[in-house]
Amino acid sequence: MFKYLIRRIVVSIPVLISVTIIIFGLIELAPGDVVDNFINPEIGYSAETLEAIRERFGLGQPAPVRYLKWLGNAVQGDFGLTYVSGEPVLAAIGRRLGNTLLLMSTALLVGTVIGVSLGVFTALRQYSFWDLALTTLSFVGISMPAFITGILGMYLFAIEWKIFPSGGMRPVQRDPTVWDTLHHLILPAGILSLAYIATFMRYTRFSMLEVLHTDYVRTARGKGLHERVVIWRHTLPNALLPVITVIGLSLPSLVVGAVFIETIFSWPGMGTMYLDAVNAKDVPLIMGMNTVIAIVVLGANLLTDLAYGMIDPRIRYD
Amino acid sequence: MTSQPASPTGTPDRPTVVVELAGSRARPESLTRRTLRRFLRNRLAIVGVIGLATMILLVVFASQIERYPYEQMDLRAAKSPPGADHWFGTDRTGRDIWSRTIHGGRVSLSVAAAATLLSTVIGMTLGATAGYYGGKADWIISRFTDIVLTLPPIVIMLTLASFLPRSLVTLIVVIGGLSWPGTVRLVRGQFLSLREQEFVTAARCLGLSHRRIIFVHIMPNVIAPLVAMVSFTVGNAILTEAGLSFLGLGVAPPTPSWGNMLEAARNLQILRELPWMWIPPSIFTVLTVLFVNFIGDGLRDAADPTMVL
Repeated sequence: MFKYLIRRIVVSIPVLISVTIIIFGLIELAPGDVVDNFINPEIGYSAETLEAIRERFGLGQPAPVRYLKWLGNAVQGDFGLTYVSGEPVLAAIGRRLGNTLLLMSTALLVGTVIGVSLGVFTALRQYSFWDLALTTLSFVGISMPAFITGILGMYLFAIEWKIFPSGGMRPVQRDPTVWDTLHHLILPAGILSLAYIATFMRYTRFSMLEVLHTDYVRTARGKGLHERVVIWRHTLPNALLPVITVIGLSLPSLVVGAVFIETIFSWPGMGTMYLDAVNAKDVPLIMGMNTVIAIVVLGANLLTDLAYGMIDPRIRYD
Repeated sequence: MTSQPASPTGTPDRPTVVVELAGSRARPESLTRRTLRRFLRNRLAIVGVIGLATMILLVVFASQIERYPYEQMDLRAAKSPPGADHWFGTDRTGRDIWSRTIHGGRVSLSVAAAATLLSTVIGMTLGATAGYYGGKADWIISRFTDIVLTLPPIVIMLTLASFLPRSLVTLIVVIGGLSWPGTVRLVRGQFLSLREQEFVTAARCLGLSHRRIIFVHIMPNVIAPLVAMVSFTVGNAILTEAGLSFLGLGVAPPTPSWGNMLEAARNLQILRELPWMWIPPSIFTVLTVLFVNFIGDGLRDAADPTMVL
């Protein structure tokens, strides 16, 4: 187990480095001079100031040299300063990460609980009215992108009925209380959870039905076991295995955030920060965020595999 | 050495093997035909086909159907709600929303179609190469796919779309160039299992070229699951185009697309006072994706031999 863990981490390192090279390369290939972003049209510029900026951020060197320098610093935990605010990249990320984690973990938790429950419920009542109704709804759910559910939710709940605030994380005039945060959180998190509910419900239902039709479940029923025991002890644990993979695959979204929902509800999270970073061509911030995201994705994949091994005794890592 | 047993029926390429089943002397049904037959029994899938066909007709004949040119401003009729003159109402400069919606579909659907084509070609090429040849080629392609999958596609798409000029081509390249990993995995898996089967061994013994084995013998068996994958790629591409345009990274106005029409709703005043500006493109986007998903789901179930329909 320990050896497996070490091996997986070692294998991840070249992947991580390749990702940073690709992102660096993509930014490098883009047309235009990075220094142009420092020009303020209101003030104007002189060749000397541009040269000074080029000097200060080390932009005069060839791309491979700049990449290796970036990598050398990044390994030591120094991701440089952002172009726009001038603060350390990691500090900027840290400021936003908590907000995104709050939003996304609420959505993911609600989505998992409701989605898996509905999936089990519909599978046990296959072809009933509720099954058909919920399955059709889940179809609509996966076909509706977050920017449409977001706009619609905001229009109905924040503008027409004024139940929830239309954006932000806190009231302007006072320090936020727990209730204030919750009040701002419910609408965006609720809308986000809809997509999770639809996805997880479909997977759970499919997987439950598959297990319900296996021979060992038929044997369990044939032995005269109580239906409750058949479902809870024999079916559910096996049916949830593939669902865990799907949930594990959604873990990265905890950090990436939902760019669309954060934009619509002006939620100060990672998604809006990334959008601002690419619009401002803030290279250090883009590189830093991508590295953090890639680490989280690789970690989430590893975690999913480990969880799988813990739940399913047939899988052994050695 | 590519000697072929010339069959009297005049189809030398495909030696027909007649399997005699009890009570039936018919040729066994081909995989594609069987998939199609099972697909046509799925009611939701039929709804999807009819719905999508209607959508495509509306979009293709947009210039004939529109009642006002989509770029024509009419300040006297600005901000009018849906009615007899303007079915879906008008925007702040009096442009007809119905015209803009069906014209917007042109951009959305053609970007989705082109991006899907690009993604499928890349996916099939890489997947077939990795699965058929195995070894080093497989290792390189699989590692490359892993790396691309490490970052959520939306992150790379946002990065690319913001650095490249806003145009149709950018959208197609960005969306198509990043949607292929799923296709690679599917095609690779199919090739890995199919290349070990007897008919491929037989084809190899006959001395057929790799090209011929890949395209004539293996590829037809991959088509059924691939088509289901393609329809999901189309659905995702429509949503991605709309999403990027919504964030202001798609096709630039005044050319309408469903995404940049939706972008108008980011303005609180429009969101509140002119709901007819953003409701039509939302409905068209969701319906189209829903139809495509109906088709995709039907195809996947029809192509899955373990599924009893």
